[in-house]
Amino acid sequence: MSRKFMKGNDAIVVGALQAGCRAYYGYPITPASEIAHAAALHFPALGGTFIQAESEVSAINMVYGTAGMGIRTMTASSSPGFSLKQEGLSYIAGSELPCVVVNVMRGGPGLGNIAPEQGDYFQITKGGGHGNYRLIALAPNCAQEMCDLTVLAFDLADKYRNPVCIAADGFTGQMMEPVTVPAARPVPFDHTSWCVRGDAATHRNLISSIYLESADLERHNLKLDEKYRRIARDEVRCEEYQVEDADLIVVAFGIVSRIVYSTVDQARARGWKVGLLRPITLWPFPSARIAELSRRDVRFLSAELNTGQMVEDVRLAVEGRAPVHFYGRCGGMVPGAEELLAEYGKILEGGRS
Amino acid sequence: MKITEKPVAFYPEFERKSGPHKETTHYCPGCGHGNVHKMIAEAMVDLGINERTVFISPVGCSVFGYYYFDCGHMQAAHGRAPAVATGIKRANPEAIVISYQGDGDLAAIGTAETLHAANRGENITVFFVNNAIYGMTGGQMAPTTLIGQKTATTPRGRLEAQHGNPICMAEIIATLPATTYVERVAIGDSKHIMKARKAIRKALTNQVENRGYSFVEILSTCPTGWKMDGPDARDWLVEEMTKVFPLGVFKDESDHREGAWHRPVEPFAPAKRDAYLGAGEAEAKAEKLPLPAELHCKFAGFGGQGVLTLGLFLAQVGMRAGLHASWIPSYGPEMRGGTANCSVNLSERRIGSPLVDRPNLLVVMNQPSLEAFAGEVVEGGIVIVDTSVVENCPGLPGRRVVRIPATGIADEVGTPKVANVVLLGAICAATGAFPLAFVEQSLRETVKKKDLVDLNLAALRRGHEHVLGAV
Ligand SMILES: Cc1ncc(C[n+]2csc(CCOP(=O)(O)OP(=O)(O)O)c2C)c(N)n1
Ligand code: SF4
Ligand SMILES: [Mg+2]
Repeated sequence: MSRKFMKGNDAIVVGALQAGCRAYYGYPITPASEIAHAAALHFPALGGTFIQAESEVSAINMVYGTAGMGIRTMTASSSPGFSLKQEGLSYIAGSELPCVVVNVMRGGPGLGNIAPEQGDYFQITKGGGHGNYRLIALAPNCAQEMCDLTVLAFDLADKYRNPVCIAADGFTGQMMEPVTVPAARPVPFDHTSWCVRGDAATHRNLISSIYLESADLERHNLKLDEKYRRIARDEVRCEEYQVEDADLIVVAFGIVSRIVYSTVDQARARGWKVGLLRPITLWPFPSARIAELSRRDVRFLSAELNTGQMVEDVRLAVEGRAPVHFYGRCGGMVPGAEELLAEYGKILEGGRS
Repeated sequence: MKITEKPVAFYPEFERKSGPHKETTHYCPGCGHGNVHKMIAEAMVDLGINERTVFISPVGCSVFGYYYFDCGHMQAAHGRAPAVATGIKRANPEAIVISYQGDGDLAAIGTAETLHAANRGENITVFFVNNAIYGMTGGQMAPTTLIGQKTATTPRGRLEAQHGNPICMAEIIATLPATTYVERVAIGDSKHIMKARKAIRKALTNQVENRGYSFVEILSTCPTGWKMDGPDARDWLVEEMTKVFPLGVFKDESDHREGAWHRPVEPFAPAKRDAYLGAGEAEAKAEKLPLPAELHCKFAGFGGQGVLTLGLFLAQVGMRAGLHASWIPSYGPEMRGGTANCSVNLSERRIGSPLVDRPNLLVVMNQPSLEAFAGEVVEGGIVIVDTSVVENCPGLPGRRVVRIPATGIADEVGTPKVANVVLLGAICAATGAFPLAFVEQSLRETVKKKDLVDLNLAALRRGHEHVLGAV
């Protein structure tokens, strides 16, 4: 049977292998460790590479080396480890290398705890490391998407020569659901023009992010910026449920979008026209769509597992045209359906502010 | 600095270098880096490997290694070159990978990467240019700075009590069993240079012949950082540095290791991956079974009783029945009272939250779980209790309580381990969600050890019968 019941973390490895990822480098951390376990089992069995690195810093630099050869590669971690990867991500973005980095977010700051959170939204979507760069960030909300968005992540990484982050959370990583295993396919990109494979065809190429002359570095940054604008124009993905006539549009991603989804019908049964807008790409953010929806009598609620991060992007998109509310839990606390419904009631029946 | 008699592994003109002077290097006069570069380039020519070579420039004065060598280049973050080298070599074992690093890069910020690449015995070549100073950033203390040596950050000289001692990397690396060849040489007089040339060539030859990890530490001059002229710098290197960093071979197992690190590039065929991961296998006849009601279930008990597996069994039965299914273990603050629990949803519609806070089916295998979750069951919901373990099981108004001595029955069947399967049978009977025969077939497919299938089937049937008989 091609539908298999599997954990989101395992589905990531299945997606990666089917996308043609040949090398996995990682360092254990809860709740992302199953990704390393599955990679350790499957990559070598299929002719790929698995290394348990000495740190996340090393893991992301091993990724840099393999990515520089034009070979699909990835690493995965959770929040504290993702922080350690920021230096490498900045170099990878600056050198325009394709790779996939998974962050199964947990509670922070500091050591925090191992429970799910979405507190790394800023770090993922606003750069995270030094300099002018962006990660493309995909936020799956089910096991099938953990697999499918990983496949997409490799394609986007190659298409734009940019690191792509899978922004998952502890729940989407640990949850098991049926997953249809996609067919494996050869990688549809030829990187000979820029990669360094250690062969005659590529031995004149250079992978680097250093531009000593100010004018050169500005030119490089403007070129990256042009790329990021193209991505922002062409790669926005979001899912909508009952937003067309909604009085309250709840914006939520990852596990929270699942909880919100289950409240929409319940809210409507109570006479509250609630809809869900789920960003699938956290960057680029579906700002244009939110702006469009804000041009009528409507309210927005950003529901997140943090103290208010994505809400800033919702506000930027709304530009003051509609009220934007925030509801968040953190530290591993998760809002239940009743809790969210109470919040909708407060917003919709608490009078217009 | 001008390089005379360029080996052909150098570019004829240094085009990547900015400014007008494309024939000179960017190094200061008297700098050892230029000498080391030249020896590496000569070895690359002799071995005929420049097209196969990937040269990793570090952060330090040699950051611009890519100006010079006619080979593939990757520039690495400060200290990370050995990790980058690992990523290159593992992805293409045919590539010749050179990690060229200064003392700050290799022995301070990159110590972890250095030791672990060596400890894994990566089949790479590391050239460690030890000039006892941070050249690039303006002459600060390096981990290899000598005691008493004045630098920008040790204006009164390096003090053992405050800064520790110069670190001897070659000696440390040589202690790691996976390394093959470790030598320390110097850019001092012509005798030194001859030895250095030999060592560099040997370290590269080792890699070509897949003999494993080679490390050559090269004591090198930095007249600028040391505030000396060229000849004084050479004298200081020979007289002072070599006292602290003795020259010589610290380890050489090259002879025993020919081909030992040979790793063929393995095929990575899509068809093989499809077969291995079961992609595109024909879907088992989609048996769409209607569900009498959506199931939002909670399974709870002690760790080891098999409650998580029980939830998993049920979810997989649901998947086989063509339903949407989700399973999520207790996780984070969900865990309470020393119990393990999981949530399962089965529905004909897309499942929203995978978390179940108001179950319509609760299955408990210990007392604390009953106390923790019974109050959350929705009206009209079903509570199934293993009364072999739970002693006190009062009725719950508006909920149907099904009492079954599951662990006891499992014992009779053969082992208490199948108590969870007895409960699965009870669930089928109590909810009417799935015909027994369908669940039997699911179990046959799910139970991995074939000799345990009959035991599981017996447990399932006993649980089913018990509940049906009781109504
Ligand atoms: C993360 C980081 N920290 C600090 C620096 C600044 N920096 C550049 S080169 C260098 C020291 C280089 O010394 P060494 O490795 O001995 O090389 P040398 O210039 O002596 O050849 C430092 C500290 C940097 N580029 N990156
Ligand atoms: S500062 Fe020192 S190491 Fe750097 S180029 Fe000048 S002499 Fe060489
Ligand atoms: Mg130095």
